[in-house]
Parts: sequence; structure tokens; C-alpha cells
Amino acid sequence: MSTHLRVNPITCEAHGLCAELLPEMITLDDWGYPIIDENPVAPELLEHAQRAAAACPTLALLIQRRQP
Amino acid sequence: MSIQQVQAVRLPRLLNGIPDQGHMRLREHLEIHSELPTGHGRRHKRRDAAGLLESIEEAGLYGRGGAAFPTATKMRAVAKERRRAIVVANGAEGEPASLKDKLLLEALPHLVLDGGSLAAAAVGASELIVCVPRSANAARDTLTQALRERERERYDSVAVRVELVPDRYLAGQESALVSHLNRGPGVPTLTPPMPFERGVQKRPTLINNVETLAHIALIARYGSEWFRELGTRGQPGSMLLTLSGAIEYPGVYEIEHGAPLGDLIEAAGGARSDIKALLLGGYSGTWLPGMLASTLSLSAEQLAPYGAGLGPGIVLALSEDACGVAETARVTRWLSEETAGQCGPCVHGLNAIASAIEELQAGTAATGTEQRIARWTSMVQRRGACAHPDGAVRFVASALNVFAEEFAEHAQDGPCPACARPSELPLPARSRLAAAA
Repeated sequence: MSTHLRVNPITCEAHGLCAELLPEMITLDDWGYPIIDENPVAPELLEHAQRAAAACPTLALLIQRRQP
Repeated sequence: MSIQQVQAVRLPRLLNGIPDQGHMRLREHLEIHSELPTGHGRRHKRRDAAGLLESIEEAGLYGRGGAAFPTATKMRAVAKERRRAIVVANGAEGEPASLKDKLLLEALPHLVLDGGSLAAAAVGASELIVCVPRSANAARDTLTQALRERERERYDSVAVRVELVPDRYLAGQESALVSHLNRGPGVPTLTPPMPFERGVQKRPTLINNVETLAHIALIARYGSEWFRELGTRGQPGSMLLTLSGAIEYPGVYEIEHGAPLGDLIEAAGGARSDIKALLLGGYSGTWLPGMLASTLSLSAEQLAPYGAGLGPGIVLALSEDACGVAETARVTRWLSEETAGQCGPCVHGLNAIASAIEELQAGTAATGTEQRIARWTSMVQRRGACAHPDGAVRFVASALNVFAEEFAEHAQDGPCPACARPSELPLPARSRLAAAA
């Protein structure tokens, strides 16, 4: 099992908090929407990822457990 | 038997006996294609259903809506869900350069309905919904008549109804179609859940393009070996293809997978002028240089090295007299307007790209605009809930490549004389009106 980030592009409204809280894995595009690193979330970043997901005003940042 | 006669029995398959006007009646359809194993209300047995799935798998049938997904795999995914399934015959055909689905529904509805009925039996569905575009009056009327003929003969054992869908590019996208059929806004949704897991009325839903279903109607009758007598190893069978543009007799043709494009153009009366460029796969497809018209073969394997595919079966030949930049600018604007408007990268990205191309055409673009477009085309990829941005940027990136010289000239000098020519790429009337206003 590995942990991945995914954004729901339909609910995302480009608040940009995720990129502030998790710059290691999230950058913003030219219009302020997040570009997500598709690699597994490193264990030391997991807490930051969870904080970023919880901070999203539209709950568009998803943390998913995936079978390898 | 002469060689010509051998050829003659190979094709057409789907278009065999297609009437010049109106639609093929049920009686004539059964004379040409013979009775279905499940015809006249006969209940489909579980054994028949498993047999049909096997035949479809052995035939190597893949979906004809553009995504080319293996049909048997999709059907098995629906069949193994616990709840009772629903089958949707997808004739939404939002692609402006495609006519094959409307042709099937208007002229050969019994092939589609046979296939839908068989697919329903195979996945354990008791309901078949046939989706046609709201503006396709002929297709709707034909279906109504064809369904009446079948009811009179008690031909189907599933309930069939016709649903009208919006005339939008994305109306036939699977999750958008499910949303529409569930009385929602008819726009794509985030997947999973996929329609096969939870679709119409939250039931497992099999969505097949109407041509896919028509092939199933023939595979059920003649078997997988017969199906594989035509086509290539990877893509057996025949396909419907809409050929348009600078062609003497544009229209829908049935070809064998792997057939040379040159032969098809010749069968269609030849090109009306030199061909500047070819658009393969429609507005989410790929531009290629026109000189390839005499060398390309029409199969996925043979087009893959060019980064191209046939999508839902579309080849458009742009004439030498057309302006590649103007044609690209119009379609790109249209694609940006056809966004469902839900995902930021698609809404903003496609609009930015369309505006930049318009500036290049007008000769008003700032330096670095081509680099910006390249940056944006890679930026929006795979960032929508559906594949609309991916298709749009494939179209744009290949246009910038094939029409590179013309783009450079326009950026320098502004519009060329051919910019004022009427569009060769078909666009729905609504957009043309908006552009004229």
C-alpha cells in the first residue's frame, strides 16, 4: 500500500492553501490550480499532507491509499 | 468466383443493403442478416449469454466511440456486479466531423437494437436506453418506427426506450451521459465510481457506442472467426469511418482495419484538390501532413508511430487552399467553449490557448507566445475530470507542428488571404452564429 494525493478538479476552486502547506508536493499552475506530484507521499510528509487536505475549503484535496 | 466477387462478399458488413432513403425494415433486416438466436421474444438462456461474451472476446471487438476499450472486458465488468444492470446505446455523437452513429440510427436501426438487446441479455440487464442527440430528428423518428415494428413482432425481451441528449461535444462522455440520464446536469463527474460500478439509477451500467452494438449483432449471428476474416491482428473486423473535407464524395464508409487511406480516398472519388493536411480522429485527434495521404494505413498499430489514431472513425482532408491557422483557431475556440466549465485547468487553459492562437493569427501576439502555448498544452494535460483538455491539446499541439510555417508567417504578417475563406472543418451552427455576432 502506498499513499497518494489526488485533487478533485471539479470541486477545486484554486484557493491555493494546499500549495502553501505542502510545497514539497504541490505547485500552482498559471491560474492558481494545484499541480500534484504523482509519486507516493513520503512518510515524513504524511502529516503535512493530511493538514493540507483538511485545510482545503472545498475538501478537494484527497489522500488515497493505493495497492502497489 | 472472380476476385471481385470475393471482395464483394467481404464488405460491406454493417452497411450491407443500406437503403437510399428511409430505414431498413425489420423484415428486410432479417432477410439480409437472418434471425437472431434470441429473436421474437425468445428468452435468452444463461448459456447463450456466456457464449456471446466469449464470441465477442474472441472476435477482439473494441469500442467504437473513440476510446477503443475491449468490449468483452467492459461487458464482463458489468455482468459481475450484483445489482441488475442497464445498457445504454450511446449515439450522442457530439463530434462535429462524425456522422456514422446518426447514419446507423437513421438507416440501420435494427442492427443497433439487435446489438443492444443482445448486450442486455449478456450482462443480465432488463432495460436498454438508446441515446440520440436532441437535434437528430431523423434518427429519433426512425428509432420510434423501428421499435414499433419490433413490438408488433414481439421481437425483444428487454424494455427499450429512446432518450434525447443535449447537442454538446461532451454529451456522450460516459459519466456525463450517466449524469444526464439521472436527470442531472449532464456534465462529466469524478470517476471512480465508473458507470459499470454505479451508473444510471445507481445500477451497473454498460455504455456502448451504437456501432459497437451493431458489430455485436453480426458477431452473434456469424461468429468470431467470421469477424476476424477482415482487419489486422490487433484490430480485427471492419469499421465505419466518416471521410470529409476536400473529397469528391464525402460521407460514411465501411472499411477493413488496416486499409490504405489512398484506396479509401480513391473509392470516395478522389481528392478535390491537393491535400494540405489530414485530421485523424476528429477534434480530439491529430493533424498529420497531407503528403501522408498516399502512405497511411487505417489501423491503430500503423497510425501509432505517427502519434495518431482514428478516434471514433474520422478522417478529414484539409484542402491546399485552406488556412491551417484559421481552421485551428476556430476549432480551438469552439473546444474551449465546449468545456463543461467545471475544472479550472480546462476552463482557463483552453481559453488561454485559444486566445493565444487567435493572437498569432492576427499577428498581434507578443514574442514567446508559441512557447507559452507549448507550456500550457503540457500544463493542462490529465488535469480535468474527463479527457476533454487532453484531446483539445492533442489537436492544438499537432496543428502547431503541421502548420508550423503558416503559424510563423501569421505571427509575422497577420491574417493571410485564405483566412477569410469559409471554414472547411465543420462546426455546429450555434458556434458559427456566435462567431458572426
